[in-house]
Amino acid sequence: MSATSWVLRGVRPLGADPVDLYVEDGVIVDAPLSGAETYDAGGLIALPGLVDLHTHLREPGREDAETVETGTLAAALGGFTAVHAMANTEPVADVAGVVEQVWRLGQDAGHCDVHPVGAVTLGLRGEQIAELGAMAESAARVRVFSDDGHCVHDPMVMRRALEYLRAFDGVIAQHAQDPRLTDAAQMNEGVQSARLGLAGWPAVAEEAVIARDCLLAAHVGGRVHFCHVSTAGSVELVRWAKGKGWNVTAEVTPHHLLLTDDLVSTYDPVFKVNPPLRTAEDVAALRAGLADGTIDAVATDHAPHALEDKETEWAAAAFGMTGLETALSVVVAAMVETGQLDWAGLADRMSVRPARIGRLSGQGQPLVPGAPANLVLVDSEARWTVDPRQSASRGRNTPFAGRELPARVVATFLRGRPTVLDGKPT
Amino acid sequence: MNRHLLSAADLSRDDALLVLDTAEELAHLADRPIKKLPTLRGRTVVNLFFEDSTRTRTSFEVAAKRLSADVINFSAKGSSVSKGESLKDTALTLEAMGADAVVVRHWASGAPHRLAHWIRGSVVNAGDGTHEHPTQALLDAFTMRQRLGRLVGLKVAVVGDVLHSRVARSNVLLLETLGAEVTLVAPPTLLPVGVEAWPCSVSFDLDAVLPKSDVVMMLRVQRERMHGGFFPTTREYSRRYGLDARRMAMLPDEGIVMHPGPMNRGVEIAAEVADSVRSTIVEQVANGVSVRMAVLYLLLGGGPEIEAGA
Amino acid sequence: MTPAHPLPPRPATPRPVSGDPSAARPVLEAADVGRALTRIAHEIVERNRGAAGLVLLGIPTRGVTLARRIAGRIEVVEGTTVPVGSVDVTMYRDDLRLRGIRPLEETEIPPEGIDGTTVVLVDDVLFSGRTVRAALDALSDLGRPRAVQLAVLVDRGHRELPIRADYVGKNIPTSLRETVHVLIDEVDGRDAVLLGPADVSRPGPRRDEDGADQEVVR
Repeated sequence: MSATSWVLRGVRPLGADPVDLYVEDGVIVDAPLSGAETYDAGGLIALPGLVDLHTHLREPGREDAETVETGTLAAALGGFTAVHAMANTEPVADVAGVVEQVWRLGQDAGHCDVHPVGAVTLGLRGEQIAELGAMAESAARVRVFSDDGHCVHDPMVMRRALEYLRAFDGVIAQHAQDPRLTDAAQMNEGVQSARLGLAGWPAVAEEAVIARDCLLAAHVGGRVHFCHVSTAGSVELVRWAKGKGWNVTAEVTPHHLLLTDDLVSTYDPVFKVNPPLRTAEDVAALRAGLADGTIDAVATDHAPHALEDKETEWAAAAFGMTGLETALSVVVAAMVETGQLDWAGLADRMSVRPARIGRLSGQGQPLVPGAPANLVLVDSEARWTVDPRQSASRGRNTPFAGRELPARVVATFLRGRPTVLDGKPT
Repeated sequence: MNRHLLSAADLSRDDALLVLDTAEELAHLADRPIKKLPTLRGRTVVNLFFEDSTRTRTSFEVAAKRLSADVINFSAKGSSVSKGESLKDTALTLEAMGADAVVVRHWASGAPHRLAHWIRGSVVNAGDGTHEHPTQALLDAFTMRQRLGRLVGLKVAVVGDVLHSRVARSNVLLLETLGAEVTLVAPPTLLPVGVEAWPCSVSFDLDAVLPKSDVVMMLRVQRERMHGGFFPTTREYSRRYGLDARRMAMLPDEGIVMHPGPMNRGVEIAAEVADSVRSTIVEQVANGVSVRMAVLYLLLGGGPEIEAGA
Repeated sequence: MTPAHPLPPRPATPRPVSGDPSAARPVLEAADVGRALTRIAHEIVERNRGAAGLVLLGIPTRGVTLARRIAGRIEVVEGTTVPVGSVDVTMYRDDLRLRGIRPLEETEIPPEGIDGTTVVLVDDVLFSGRTVRAALDALSDLGRPRAVQLAVLVDRGHRELPIRADYVGKNIPTSLRETVHVLIDEVDGRDAVLLGPADVSRPGPRRDEDGADQEVVR
């Protein structure tokens, strides 16, 4: 596909009435060009390319689980034009060299933009702040910093990092998990954990950290973003902090919008995830929070794992689920089909706001002339059954295997170039 | 019955009574000159133990041998997550050896469920993590019925570390199925969050519960809990939740004292209580063999053809 | 030849008869059953020259009842009590894997034991002989009788093992597809032996082994 000029015929921007969109040299333009390739997109919904604030690409270090190439291909197939690659690689992305390596791998793969997340502390150990400035000023232009997988638990380290990042307009994406309250924890603490005999992971372990960090961010004027909030209490706290006018944002994963902890009854580690699946009440609160904007963004927390790390006893298995290829469909099932978000709302939570939080100027823009042609075309009528073997990701650990989901990505355009066309990689 | 025995919740009331009735007939075997039946001749039972438990393993081994099954003891100790053969590979190995039943003890809750997913034979949960120990609950129910003549309406106090106890979980489920009324007695730190959904009552006060209890079952206090901050000191625990002669005297005349073993004498149970006529601790061990024979017979006796068709 | 027909566990005793009893015709009425048992009692005493050293062991369920009745008649004739017990053969059966597990019945050996005695096994129907084979195996685990004899109310033929009864209430020639129902007052509310047509709900030419009890696994 070498065409640089496109006529996307009959697309429905954000679900509105059909129009033709014109693309030229990576930008949306207001008139068709002669010689442009025509793509009959009759009835497909056009959204700005999706932006993921939270992806694990595993490279460098665990290329058996995922690589930048396979992970970003999965992202493109899921409708993403930009992903944030988490820092918990081997070596950890806590220096400029590693974030630049990941950034270049993304450029080379070319399926979507890769924005490396820098570690907040050296080695994710929570003790000494990493060279945040060097990473911010590197070629990767890091703006999101996170020890994801670990909580920045020491309140003084957190305070200093929040303060320090003000110089670069950076944000700390906090993995809110009190380590002491979740020692050996395996699943949500409640009726199911009591029945299944698995060590409980109380909601308060997440909420206590969120409450503290809201107060810290307010105190030092820093910017905090909460990764994968999973409890009704967390939603309440973020709503409270936003009500105060503090600089607080939050994300929720697709799986926390759809799945509940009773799935653990099978002891199948495909349902083992951090933070754990919660209760139906939590799911309802998360959906309401996403609908009213308390939760800003959907982020996949795409966490591919090698088969042997999941085909084990529950307690021995790795935490995490894949998500890039199912995210849009799951959000449609959880939010659009339930009437809690329309397509514009979905675009806001999966593209516009995550781009804003990550300070990505070329992403999450309205589909109007002059804007970069980062967009995704979605067949809202399609239904498909998730088959892990068909996944472009190396991870087979999707909790949605065998489920029928609504909506399919038909095409993804990255700066006017199709990365996915007719549902297949170009 | 299901093909596997993974949880006491797998047993319907009829299933559970069938196990107890069968065990009752099999118990007579102990009085016979030849303590062996030919029923499982040619069948292979694997004892797969990822955790040391000589008493449970021996009990299953005796049960299987009395039914003439071939018994293979497969010790897979070394509970390390990262090293050694994976559970799945072990399962496939046992499958290749033609195991008709795998009796599994594992440190991880739910490991028998995973095993059942990978092998064709029957899986019997012989204790998984802090989850369940269904044959222990069956032998406890058997012992209660033997001593007290009934289970329906029986008032049973289960005392101690409920949070980490697979015995407690299985007993609550099975006794509810069989019509007994269970009260869990423990310090709040040793009760799981979510216990309110269990089909039983909860109390923090042992002295208040004992006079109303036909059975008091004392749970073992694991040594690591003694230093885990769940209670201030072992002495305070014993004072509040240990069963001594004074407390035992609060039981009704017919009341019995049970313990799944191994006991910490002087911690959860006083020596004079453990050795008293009310104590069923030795009977529990003997009954364990009968109940496990019944389980193996009921799961394996029918053969795979039956299970496939049922 | 044996159909691998999965059967659910039997219901609790007494087990109902299989097929449609209303379609079955009586071949022995109550009075016939009574006479047959009386004759068997006399034959046992005659053969063993009295009742000394005899133990009657019934095969559950109906065999036990029959054993008690025969013992009662011997007592009337001889004026001595004959020990009666039961021997459950379930764990010795050779068809468990084919037909599924069954609940166990009671095995009750008289307190005197069976070593050195003459054991008379009592069952309701003798068919293939497999139940009796299982009972002989069970007996050898329970003790060492001086001799073992077999008494049955009905012998319907079709033996699959070299086994014969010492005392037979009635020989009833049957086809393999026919069913024999023994009804006993204590269990079924009346005494009778019914011969019924084949139970069409069950495939295969053979019903089951010896004994109407085993035949009615449902």
